[in-house]
Amino acid sequence: MIIYRFDGSFDGLLSAVFDSFARREKPDALLAPDGSLPLFYDLLHQVETDSDKSGRVWRKLTKVISASARAALTSAFLTDNPEFPLLALRFISRAVTSSGVSVETDFSDPAVLAVLKECRRVRGEAHRLLQFVRFQKAADGTYFAMIEPIFDVLPFAVNHFADRFSDQPFIIYDRLRDYGYHYDGTELKRVVISSDGYHMQTGLLSEEIMHPQERLFQDLWRAYVKSTAIMERLNPRKQRQDMPVRYWKYLTEMQK
Amino acid sequence: MTEATLEKLKILAAAAKYDVSCSSSGTVRRNDGKGVGNTVGGVGICHSFAADGRCIALLKVMLTNYCMYDCAYCINRRSNDIPRATLSVSEVVDITMEFYRRNYIEGLFLSSGVVRNPDYTMERIARIAKDLRLIHRFNGYIHLKSIPGASRELVNEAGRYADRMSVNIEIPREQSLKYLAPEKDHKSVYEPMGFIRQGVLQCQEDKKKMRHVPRFVPGGQSTQMIVGASPDTDRDILLTSSALYSMPTMRRVYYSGYVSVNQYDSRLPALKQPPLVRENRLYQADWLMRFYQFKAEEIADEGNPNLDLEVDPKLGWALRHPEVFPVDINRAPYEMILRVPGIGVKSAALIVSARRYRHLNSSHLSKIGVAMKRAKYFITCGELVAPSIADTSPEYVRRLLTARKNRAENPLQLSFDFS
Repeated sequence: MIIYRFDGSFDGLLSAVFDSFARREKPDALLAPDGSLPLFYDLLHQVETDSDKSGRVWRKLTKVISASARAALTSAFLTDNPEFPLLALRFISRAVTSSGVSVETDFSDPAVLAVLKECRRVRGEAHRLLQFVRFQKAADGTYFAMIEPIFDVLPFAVNHFADRFSDQPFIIYDRLRDYGYHYDGTELKRVVISSDGYHMQTGLLSEEIMHPQERLFQDLWRAYVKSTAIMERLNPRKQRQDMPVRYWKYLTEMQK
Repeated sequence: MTEATLEKLKILAAAAKYDVSCSSSGTVRRNDGKGVGNTVGGVGICHSFAADGRCIALLKVMLTNYCMYDCAYCINRRSNDIPRATLSVSEVVDITMEFYRRNYIEGLFLSSGVVRNPDYTMERIARIAKDLRLIHRFNGYIHLKSIPGASRELVNEAGRYADRMSVNIEIPREQSLKYLAPEKDHKSVYEPMGFIRQGVLQCQEDKKKMRHVPRFVPGGQSTQMIVGASPDTDRDILLTSSALYSMPTMRRVYYSGYVSVNQYDSRLPALKQPPLVRENRLYQADWLMRFYQFKAEEIADEGNPNLDLEVDPKLGWALRHPEVFPVDINRAPYEMILRVPGIGVKSAALIVSARRYRHLNSSHLSKIGVAMKRAKYFITCGELVAPSIADTSPEYVRRLLTARKNRAENPLQLSFDFS
């Protein structure tokens, strides 16, 4: 059993592909730094991330698969599935060696199918950010939102908000990964907030720093959501299916 | 904006909730950099889900629930003794903007009871859309109800600012409509639909000749039919929607299972529960017409005017037509693969592209996402998966596919583990 270990980055993955060709090996596992080794194995190779190697693999990829397939690959790479790096390595290896027809639509290949499925999962999570981010207006006019997505998808979603709310300053903060984006009305900046105030711990603005009208609009929204439901057709299962419970913590309509 | 607004919003949201349209898709409107909001194309964004599992994408609210009509199926009918309220133009505009800025909603869905006369009501609806677009530079989604009987000028005015407009048919057959709502007829519904259609087509025509043409209802129109309030069959409903879909601007027909809101009215059936299964089957049939290339006559033919509640309409069609199966997954055209129960639009597309590389077998299919539990009786893929429907009988397959459900539902049935 041949085992490769890489640093968990996308460049590292491309370098692992390069190494497997250079060493004429087909690895049976590609482990992230935190992945645990199996009990028995024949060979362990530590992949050194090298931008020359990864650049060569990427340039080849731009010639053999379409831009949308490359975007799907980079999206899918954000998944938490520990099996995925190996499948991605197999996908890239097959893509760069295939001649003529692109392999990206061969969905009977488990590696190609894995790219599609993980891409759907990651982009689904990015779409849920568009759905479930809830801003609270602070006294200084900044809109604040806390999120905890399961994948690191805030960069996918943040441009949507900067376009939509181009005249309003806002902060969206990913609590799990401890970074966020601040938009000041003109420019979008990645920020790390070190404060540990009430709002950073709970994701909710306290009464003192809340805009005077914020409480009223939150109450209006809660009242609206409650009265728009038809009691004769209650279906809490469907509600949980479409709006996963892990989001409820920061949803205004689900508080109190 | 005070506590009084809160009470009004509660009343008017509850009054609007039986209108099921919720989509926020169909238009792309970029933020021009000076205003607020955009609409993303393709898929809409559902921002929340209410306790009944229905999505909340738009602020669905009525301008007023006073109404001069007395339609038997409607909660807001004149003769009902319910709390009534009216929101002012500025209140609706403020709530929409503030909700939108907090990412609660995708836009506004405004409807209204008819007060004084249709034109008066329509004018106020158009006014709100105009204020949102021109004063507040709002680029989010706006869905407006067109009031039956409103004049063409006012519909055109509203259409310049709306993304989508709708007029509800409510009851598919005119004689049933006349029975339940004597003040209405189908002409009052189809006329404003015609205004919207002509406006959209005119706009498309102008675009060919001029460089800058103001938008007119770019998201097309939708409508809704109530299910279970009148004796109309599913065939009546589906033929009506099929005719509506042949209109160039009709995007969606919604079905609303009738909730007994006016139990005292003897013209209406006394339902304990809204007909949820029937409504679900109608939506499935609607999907078959829009994405699976089925015709309404195929889904509910003359012999079976009502949809089977036990099996979905696609499986129902397959069981009535054993002669077209089994379908060869590796050779059949896309249209035939779509007709196999258990294969959806996504899987069908994957199958068609994957089979160019190699012969597909049943394990490929189940990994791609085909529900083999149902599909296995209707396909061949070069291996024996299950006796196909052509070798056995539709009754046999039907029994196999429906039996499992009944067993799971019966709590008295003992189970033995033989494995």
